[in-house]
Amino acid sequence: MKPITSITGRAVAIRRTNIDTDQIIAARHCLRTTRTGFAEHLFAAWRAEPGFPLADPAHAGATILLAGADFGSGSSREHAVWALQDHGFAVVIASRFGDIFADNAVRSGLVAAVLADDEVSSLMDAVEADPALPIAVDLVDLTVRAAGIEAPIRMDADTRQRFLDGLDGIDVTLQHEAAIRAYELTHVPIARAS
Amino acid sequence: MATLLDKIWDAHVVHRGATGSDLLYVDFHLLHEGSSPQAFEGLRLAGRTVRRPDLTLATEDHVVPTRGQLGRTGVAATMVEALRRNCAEFGIPLHRSGTEGQGIVHVIGPELGITQPGRVILCGDSHTSTHGAFGALAFGIGTSQVEHVLATQMVAFAKPRAMAVTLHGALPTGVSAKDVALAIIGRIGTGGAQGHVIEYRGPAVEAMSMEARLTLCNMSIEAGAKAGMIAPDDVTVEYLRGRPYAPTGKAWDDAVASWKSLRSDDDAEFDRSVDIDVTTLSPFVSWGTNPSQVVELSGAVPDPADAPDPAGRRAAERALTYMDLSPGTPMREIPIDVVFLGSCTNGRIEDLRAAAQVLDGRRIAPGVRMLVVPGSAAVKRAAESEGLDEVFRKAGAQWRTAGCSLCVAMNDDSLAAGERCASTSNRNFEGRQGRGGRTHLVSPTTAAATAVAGRLTAPSTLETA
Ligand code: SF4
Repeated sequence: MKPITSITGRAVAIRRTNIDTDQIIAARHCLRTTRTGFAEHLFAAWRAEPGFPLADPAHAGATILLAGADFGSGSSREHAVWALQDHGFAVVIASRFGDIFADNAVRSGLVAAVLADDEVSSLMDAVEADPALPIAVDLVDLTVRAAGIEAPIRMDADTRQRFLDGLDGIDVTLQHEAAIRAYELTHVPIARAS
Repeated sequence: MATLLDKIWDAHVVHRGATGSDLLYVDFHLLHEGSSPQAFEGLRLAGRTVRRPDLTLATEDHVVPTRGQLGRTGVAATMVEALRRNCAEFGIPLHRSGTEGQGIVHVIGPELGITQPGRVILCGDSHTSTHGAFGALAFGIGTSQVEHVLATQMVAFAKPRAMAVTLHGALPTGVSAKDVALAIIGRIGTGGAQGHVIEYRGPAVEAMSMEARLTLCNMSIEAGAKAGMIAPDDVTVEYLRGRPYAPTGKAWDDAVASWKSLRSDDDAEFDRSVDIDVTTLSPFVSWGTNPSQVVELSGAVPDPADAPDPAGRRAAERALTYMDLSPGTPMREIPIDVVFLGSCTNGRIEDLRAAAQVLDGRRIAPGVRMLVVPGSAAVKRAAESEGLDEVFRKAGAQWRTAGCSLCVAMNDDSLAAGERCASTSNRNFEGRQGRGGRTHLVSPTTAAATAVAGRLTAPSTLETA
């Protein structure tokens, strides 16, 4: 994973709450053994609806997605993160995320930035008024900036550090090999008895 | 002073990180074909191995057919083949489709006695919360974390907050754990428990069977919770006694002694508490496209205008359009095309028994298709030995083999666009059961009664057989 300190780009807003991972990518489109090849299935059912913002050419090339509360609720499928990245998104901004989605995002290097609900709304208004508006997401000072809006990102210290460092999580954990081994020495394993 | 969550957490911390996330030891890691291929691929690319294949077990559930054999070609066969190859290469026990130990991952874990009190159990599946019914800390992870657990047997997380959901009183007859779960989610919302582990407690929980507790904990994720859990008691111990992975001899006695003392201290403080009086509950059903959009079966489709905020109103309007429902329609007047009895929520033997009792001597309505899909091969055998399969077949339902089936529609079973289904599964999301399909979440007995009446119905309002 590459370190991420800041991302600036254009945005697109989906004004819906509870966008569950089944909407981001349906289960039947997750039948692959790779981490790529999911872009065409991102929001597949919704993209067929007239007026769906992702299909609007004015927002083509947007790298930041603004969405309603509880984005990424539901299934643990990491394919939802991969599909968003495959499509070109580097950041999702919402006032609340599904826990597993948020964890998957940090492990795969997609920034899931939590802002207050009214700040997400202000950004949505601004982006709808001017699709070319650049939005800057800064993980060093944890702030989103766009057209006079300055909104603090709520992100725990550990998540922020993971983005800034961009280290391999497994390597980091294995630095504690001695402690893991010591734990295993006294640990009673669950084992098949019959 | 400590909660059940605190106790399990602290017993598994191997390292406390400087930035607030702890490194926890994972007691058992369950795998299925859907979320694991990219994790194994990652291991191979980095030249890593599986640290503890003995603490890992895989099953085939999400994509397998529940009628007929798995094909030799096609996407499902590719996924299953990948799992078989990966398990063989890394030495992981696998319960293959068609064998006696196969089943939905959250059904076989408890069945085998792998799910034990005080343990940390992970799986690349959000409904891993199910296993918390035994007083385990169990939660779902994504594929990157699956790879991490395979390589290290560890998981790094910031400790979630603790939330108490206390169920007061006794459940009225005809009201099940599923109805309670829907009532809770309706009350607190799909994000209501976000960042929290729910501990279910109170007399109504203590009175529940192990299987009912599994249903309750299963649905925790639909309220946004990290996990759900219930302190172990005699019901837990009796369920585990003699299971293949349960300890034996002196180890069993020691385990039971430690399980019985494993509970939140009387003076433990929870970050949040919700109290629910279950004595007034009745069967619940969902009307919308997320599991918080529920109403009592005796009620009517709500009016979006009554939503507390504009976002809720827009969501309700969208949901009603998708569901093709109008405000004010009594739920009991909604006709149904398909009934699905199964899933990790309600595919266990007690669920099948409850539904069979309603269907015994009755026939499902003409034009209704009903799938009965046992949660595991063991559930199927148990049901057949009790003659339940005959009851279902005589009623006109299809008796299938174990798998996720119509819960997730990434296999041969799905709804056609516009079809309306009463389903004992856990998610009524748009397209969850097939593109354009419409889902109403219900309990097993409501599912059975609905199949007979051809419209959403509770057994209490069915004419006598
Ligand atoms: S039955 Fe449904 S919810 Fe349960 S594991 Fe299978 S797909 Fe997931």
